[in-house]
Amino acid sequence: MDLATVWFCVIALLWLGYLFLEGFDFGVGMLLPVLGRDETERRVLVNTIGPVWDGNEVWLLVAGGATFAAFPGWYASLFSAVYLPLVLFLVGLIGRGVAFEYRGKVDSDRWRSRWDKVIVAGSWIAPLSVGLLLTSSVLGLPIDANGDRVGSPFASIRWDTVLGALAVAGYALVHGAVFIALKTEGDIRLRARRLALRIAPVALLPLVVLLLVVQLHSGSVWTWAASIVVALAALGAMARLYLGREGQAFALMAVAVVGVVVALFGALYPNVLPSTLDPANSLTVADTASSPYTLTVMTWVAAFGTPAVLVYQAWTYWVFRKRIGTRHIPPVHVPTS
Amino acid sequence: MDVLDLARWQFGITTVYHFLMVPLTIGLSLLVACMQTAWVRTGDRRYYAMTKFWGKLLLINFAMGVVTGIVQEFQFGMTWSAYSRFVGDVFGAPLAMEGLVAFFVESTFLGLWIFGWDRLSKKVHLACAWAFSLATIASAYFILAANSWMQHPVGIELADGRARLTSIWAVLTNNTVLAAFPHTIFGAFAVAATFLVGIGAWHLWKRTDEEPVWRSSLKLGTWVGVVAFAGVAITGDFQGKLMFEQQPMKMAAAEALCHTEQPASFSVFAIGDVTRADCESVKSITVPALLSFLAHNDFTSEVKGLDELVPLYQQKYGTNYPVDERLGELSGKPIDYVPVLPVTYWGFRLMIGFGAIAAGAGLAALWLTRRGRVPRGRWFPLAALASIATPFLANSFGWIFTEMGRQPFVVVPNPSGVDGVWMFTAQAVSSSTAGEVLTSLVVLTTVYGLLACIEVFLLRRYVRAGVAGVIPPPKPAETDDALTFAY
Ligand code: HDD
Ligand code: HEM
Ligand code: HEM
Repeated sequence: MDLATVWFCVIALLWLGYLFLEGFDFGVGMLLPVLGRDETERRVLVNTIGPVWDGNEVWLLVAGGATFAAFPGWYASLFSAVYLPLVLFLVGLIGRGVAFEYRGKVDSDRWRSRWDKVIVAGSWIAPLSVGLLLTSSVLGLPIDANGDRVGSPFASIRWDTVLGALAVAGYALVHGAVFIALKTEGDIRLRARRLALRIAPVALLPLVVLLLVVQLHSGSVWTWAASIVVALAALGAMARLYLGREGQAFALMAVAVVGVVVALFGALYPNVLPSTLDPANSLTVADTASSPYTLTVMTWVAAFGTPAVLVYQAWTYWVFRKRIGTRHIPPVHVPTS
Repeated sequence: MDVLDLARWQFGITTVYHFLMVPLTIGLSLLVACMQTAWVRTGDRRYYAMTKFWGKLLLINFAMGVVTGIVQEFQFGMTWSAYSRFVGDVFGAPLAMEGLVAFFVESTFLGLWIFGWDRLSKKVHLACAWAFSLATIASAYFILAANSWMQHPVGIELADGRARLTSIWAVLTNNTVLAAFPHTIFGAFAVAATFLVGIGAWHLWKRTDEEPVWRSSLKLGTWVGVVAFAGVAITGDFQGKLMFEQQPMKMAAAEALCHTEQPASFSVFAIGDVTRADCESVKSITVPALLSFLAHNDFTSEVKGLDELVPLYQQKYGTNYPVDERLGELSGKPIDYVPVLPVTYWGFRLMIGFGAIAAGAGLAALWLTRRGRVPRGRWFPLAALASIATPFLANSFGWIFTEMGRQPFVVVPNPSGVDGVWMFTAQAVSSSTAGEVLTSLVVLTTVYGLLACIEVFLLRRYVRAGVAGVIPPPKPAETDDALTFAY
């Protein structure tokens, strides 16, 4: 495998980390008003992701930075072509991030309920935009020979990319519910489990359809295999969840995401951004890749950096492995007036 | 306005805004780590209170630093796609390294620090504070290496019309970053120091509870401030010498120096419009030969003026923009090599001036509170609080000067570097429509404006509440489940 292909895989891996990790953060945000029936329960939910959500988000930043370093043409063309949806995405991430940190800083119901709305809105907007962005890259955009988008600022919004948006949001919803069932105790845990089982058939449907669309568009034997793994893993996850084995269900959700990423990026390769106007304009791994020297440097950095990241992030999850419930939530202590 | 102007406004606004949070995070995180170290070593409750109080303000600020940083990461692709294609081989690497080496550590260990108070042993918890703080400094290094490369491209060759990296080592040890990094870090500590002094002085004057906490904070702030201000002056002098070599036009623009002078005097203040047309009419108060010294460590050396530099630049880098429809109105037009003089001239002076005010305020506070004194009178706390703004302003003006002083280039040609590796800002912009960029400019500016109000509101509230606002009353008999939650 040449270095450019290796880096294509590294970027797929970074997206995998992002979808898996921030996927459940999104889900927790989306379900905040559904599973959090009162303030204490909402605090339980937010605190399940408290120590980790920022670290999870960095997977996105590194995916962006690595794309810039390894495939500048991909970075430039994709992000300028999907400009407005990306702005919406950023606003969603901004809102969510600030809301998590600020919602508990003032003791007032109005204050908290406003921030909760921001959390919910941001947690829907962000996965929808991620889905749109990823499927735009996989299924292609109307780009010219310069790599610039032709046509309206909304050229990236089509039925198939909207399907992609729904697919990622639906997945995040289920993934979040499974995560909550895994991380909480008592009543919330049971409700989360029941909810996941109830919504999964509908919420995961767009993902299944998306994978079919992608396969018909540019599938190969092994991306078909990956898609089948996704279906089986998702079914398995729900079966384990039904039996109350949340840990196993969560692990199977991980397998499903691996399948999704393999199928999407597998279908994309050797392109990085196909052109829907003329295949000759498509950006490929080979012609957008940085020089072998840059890729070599980046490979060394990634070879030392990534294992370290995995170790200390895993350690964080270990430190905060305990389930939490309403009985752990201390009274609010913040300055008054 | 066309796409270029909109994109520049957007980049300027979002980056200057991001850099309001950045120096406070960098400076405060290290000082909080020091406070916590003092607490772990001595067990003195005062240091515990300091850690908690300043740590809380740090967190409120950090959240905003993070979310505004996300925008920066994507902006190069969104609005500067031609730039990204031209420099990606070089420029992306430090950005990716920043994420992989610094941001992961920063975010993960901050999470551990916030939530780990009673999950981790005291030592491990302290180590998390240090890891976080050092990571913020590392992140500054990488991003400044990227920025310095734009000011002074090294370690590259020109291949297929693009910059191609030949030595990452050269990029990471560019003498421009070796000078800009300490300058920016000292600038960050200046911000944190003034923050400590301002708030500490206010609490002392108010005679709120926990006097020792405020006294120690004030003292720490003043000493850090003194060192930081000496640091920015020394490193700034060093940067000036590099600028003289690497970007003579920026040097002349900083002084609005129309004609070559030998020896050249440093202009302290000017009366009248500092524009090129007004070269002759502007009266300025000068210190003879100081500019020569700043530029070259020698009171007699020559500093080139704008009227000599412009033909030199025209000869080296062309008189007209290429004819290219992507350049819009500028296509084929003459290139204006002179940056916007009022901005560069005043930007440079305001940076130094606001820095000097902050330094003065710190020293005054130290004097007024010597040997346990508590100053009376309203003006003392008010002045102390107001001076908090000055190093923020100095930092912003420093960046505005640095970035606008390199116009019309986005990648400034390295006079002794590789031919052809430079780029005009006009060529760097994406092919997006003006409507798109205007939308994002309006949306982001509005969101940022709102967030600024909220952050200031929260900071004020926590500052006023003092230590009692962050340390909960002793808990009733602890159960084994007592955990720390931030939310
Ligand atoms: C000199 C320092 C410095 C400068 C010039 C910049 N930043 Fe920054 N940035 C930091 C120093 C920093 C920091 C201290 O590490 C921050 C600030 C507060 C914080 O939360 O971390 C940060 C946060 C931060 C984040 C969020 C990280 C996270 O989630 O933890 C991103 C993505 C960026 N920055 C990206 C950028 C980009 C692309 C810049 C260039 C235009 C930039 N920053 C300028
Ligand atoms: C955080 C500190 C920074 C501040 C406050 C800052 C400020 C600015 C300002 C005010 C402009 C607009 C200048 C103009 O349009 O005339 C600008 C432009 C720009 N800066 Fe910076 N900058 C900072 C850091 C950086 C860094 C670290 C990079 C690169 C890694 C960078 C890259 C750029 C680019 C690409 C432009 C657009 C081209 C231009 O308009 O000049 N800046 N910056
Ligand atoms: C005697 C005082 C100072 C001198 C002589 C000085 C000098 C300089 C010079 C020459 C530059 C431009 C570098 C370049 O573009 O090549 C610069 C940039 C800058 N200055 Fe200062 N400065 C001083 C004080 C301050 C203070 C007090 C602050 C903030 C608290 C500050 C913050 C900055 C920042 C943020 C930049 C832009 C980033 C960089 O290039 O490092 N400076 N300064």
